[in-house]
Amino acid sequence: MTAVRCIDLCKTYRQGDQDIKALDHVDLEVEHSGFVCLSAPSGGGKTTLLNAIGGLDIPDSGEVWVAGQRIDQLSKGELAAIRLTQIGFVFQAYNLIPVLTAQENVEFVMQVQGVAAADRRSKSQAILEEVGLKGLEDRRPAEMSGGQQQRVAVARAIVSRPALVLADEPTANLDSKTSDELMELFVELNNHHDTTFVIATHDQRVMAYAKRLIKMLDGRIVEDIEQRAA
Amino acid sequence: MNITIRLAWRNLWRHSRRTWLTIGAMVFSNALLVFMISLQFGMYELMIDNTLQAFIGHMQIQAPGYKDDAKMRQVVPDAEQLAATLRQELDLETIAARSAAFALLSSEDRSYGVQIFGVDPRYEPGVSTLPGLVKEGRYPQDRDAQEIVIGSVLARNLKVSLGDELTLLGSGRDGSFSAAVAEVTGIFESGVIEMDRSIAEVPLGFFDDVFYMDGAAHAVVIVTPGLAVIEDYRARAEALLPAEEDLVLHDWDALQPGLKQAIQADISSAFFMYGVLVILVAFSVMNTQLMSVLERTHEFGIVMALGLTPGRLGRLVILETSLMGLAGLFLGALVGGLITLWFTYNGFSYPGMDQMAANFNLPSRFYPQATLLTLFLGPAVVFVGSILSALYPALRLHWLRPVEAMRAV
Ligand SMILES: Nc1ncnc2c1ncn2[C@@H]1O[C@H](COP(=O)(O)OP(=O)(O)OP(=O)(O)O)[C@@H](O)[C@H]1O
Ligand SMILES: [Mg+2]
Repeated sequence: MTAVRCIDLCKTYRQGDQDIKALDHVDLEVEHSGFVCLSAPSGGGKTTLLNAIGGLDIPDSGEVWVAGQRIDQLSKGELAAIRLTQIGFVFQAYNLIPVLTAQENVEFVMQVQGVAAADRRSKSQAILEEVGLKGLEDRRPAEMSGGQQQRVAVARAIVSRPALVLADEPTANLDSKTSDELMELFVELNNHHDTTFVIATHDQRVMAYAKRLIKMLDGRIVEDIEQRAA
Repeated sequence: MNITIRLAWRNLWRHSRRTWLTIGAMVFSNALLVFMISLQFGMYELMIDNTLQAFIGHMQIQAPGYKDDAKMRQVVPDAEQLAATLRQELDLETIAARSAAFALLSSEDRSYGVQIFGVDPRYEPGVSTLPGLVKEGRYPQDRDAQEIVIGSVLARNLKVSLGDELTLLGSGRDGSFSAAVAEVTGIFESGVIEMDRSIAEVPLGFFDDVFYMDGAAHAVVIVTPGLAVIEDYRARAEALLPAEEDLVLHDWDALQPGLKQAIQADISSAFFMYGVLVILVAFSVMNTQLMSVLERTHEFGIVMALGLTPGRLGRLVILETSLMGLAGLFLGALVGGLITLWFTYNGFSYPGMDQMAANFNLPSRFYPQATLLTLFLGPAVVFVGSILSALYPALRLHWLRPVEAMRAV
């Protein structure tokens, strides 16, 4: 079964009088329980591709399929429902909700999904402990370091066990030890819960964990390497 | 607690000064509305009371056509009996039979044309304030006594005082000539020149004899416990009218058509001003909410990216407005209620009000009274106006695109 399929995706941005091809005829297929790293130099199109897969952005042409459903033609409401129930996002800038505490940020998606309070609490506390934030549950984003905020964002993305996790530079602000721990958590979810991961990164250490490494350049896929997870 | 409510609540306290300013605008206008409306309605009630309870009553039973062209022969047969029945059936003491005639009233020196009323001495004080206004002598007590009560101006004009005799000349129910002599036993002073100059009252039995009324009268006057219950009593009284007689029941609006029109005109001009006030508040709310939505573009982008629909975000904005609106509603009603209460005890007056009050036969101080209606009518309209004005910022969210919103700072 295929978790993600992109067919001939194109996305062009206009900057001044220049056309920038952020996605240039991209074809990509990620199987269920895949663990894929997207690597590209800055401006290579990683974020644009993740946004297209997550239905946050509509490509100029091409098709996007997630879990067997074509999503690039859905309405805003339908896309929102798919993101809510099937996809966990880690955004490049950690993007927490400023008025909510770490724990409330983690619980947010579950709360919108309608998960019972007790269930929410135990799950969010467990996941915060796993990402090493025990004791910081009641801090608001402004009271945490960049790396701590990033881990809250990761916790929020995976806490409700989505089938697909799209992570944009999830380790950018972490030291090597913390990023290793985070990747091990991802690997474990991938192994035990068949969660599919698509991770955009510059980080060599992160790439080392991937089963498959895709290299992009100027909006095109230039290399697609199967590799054994560490 | 529901996540939307929690978000709304925290968002409000993010800019507590702005929130309080908006609530303050609501409280100010609500308090003003509560006070103005209480004052206004209190004034109407007073106008109606003073005008109607002086003489006309809340309702009258008459022969058809009598209201527009008062002829002696257009009578309510057995009026005293009918009044007694109504008093019993409606369990209401303030019902009295009354007759009226034009007559020439002569003292030794002078003669004046006046309107003479035949009144039931026992029940007339319940339907008219005039018996209470007798300043000299007393009001008649015996239904058949040959006594007359006249206004102070009339007494001066006729050059009579208590104990003097007056001759009464007129035509009776059947058109025949009628005449009598009565002793002045009371002089009233209402302060309304017109009444004090041209009205006289005699006991109903005496009137019956003089004008050959044969047990009939011209009206049964009914005063109910309050304006609010008039309709209720009207329906019950109508059912009690004798079927074999041709009688009609007029309410105060029919008996005194100018009064309701004056009030309605006043209401529409006042409510126009209130409307302007509400619109101003609504715009300030819209401004606040537009600002707060714009500055949260980034944040709204995040929650939409996480899977919140624009509709749900819109509800958040509406909820924030509702919370402010509710605070404004209750604080405004409270402040307005307290201000009104102060004036309830101390009275309210403004320069020039004495003049107007005198024209309408009103006291020169008002004692406004807050009711549930006057407390919440204005604030409720402001609340609805605020919600409506938050609709625009809320609906704008449908055009928000998560990726672009998240890029905004
Ligand atoms: N909203 C936009 N308007 C104009 N150009 C854009 C926009 N978003 C992206 N681009 C351009 O599209 C190209 C791809 O951008 P994208 O963000 O996908 O790169 P990236 O691989 O995620 O880079 P980074 O590693 O720096 O995050 C870049 O050249 C970028 O300048
Ligand atoms: Mg990027």
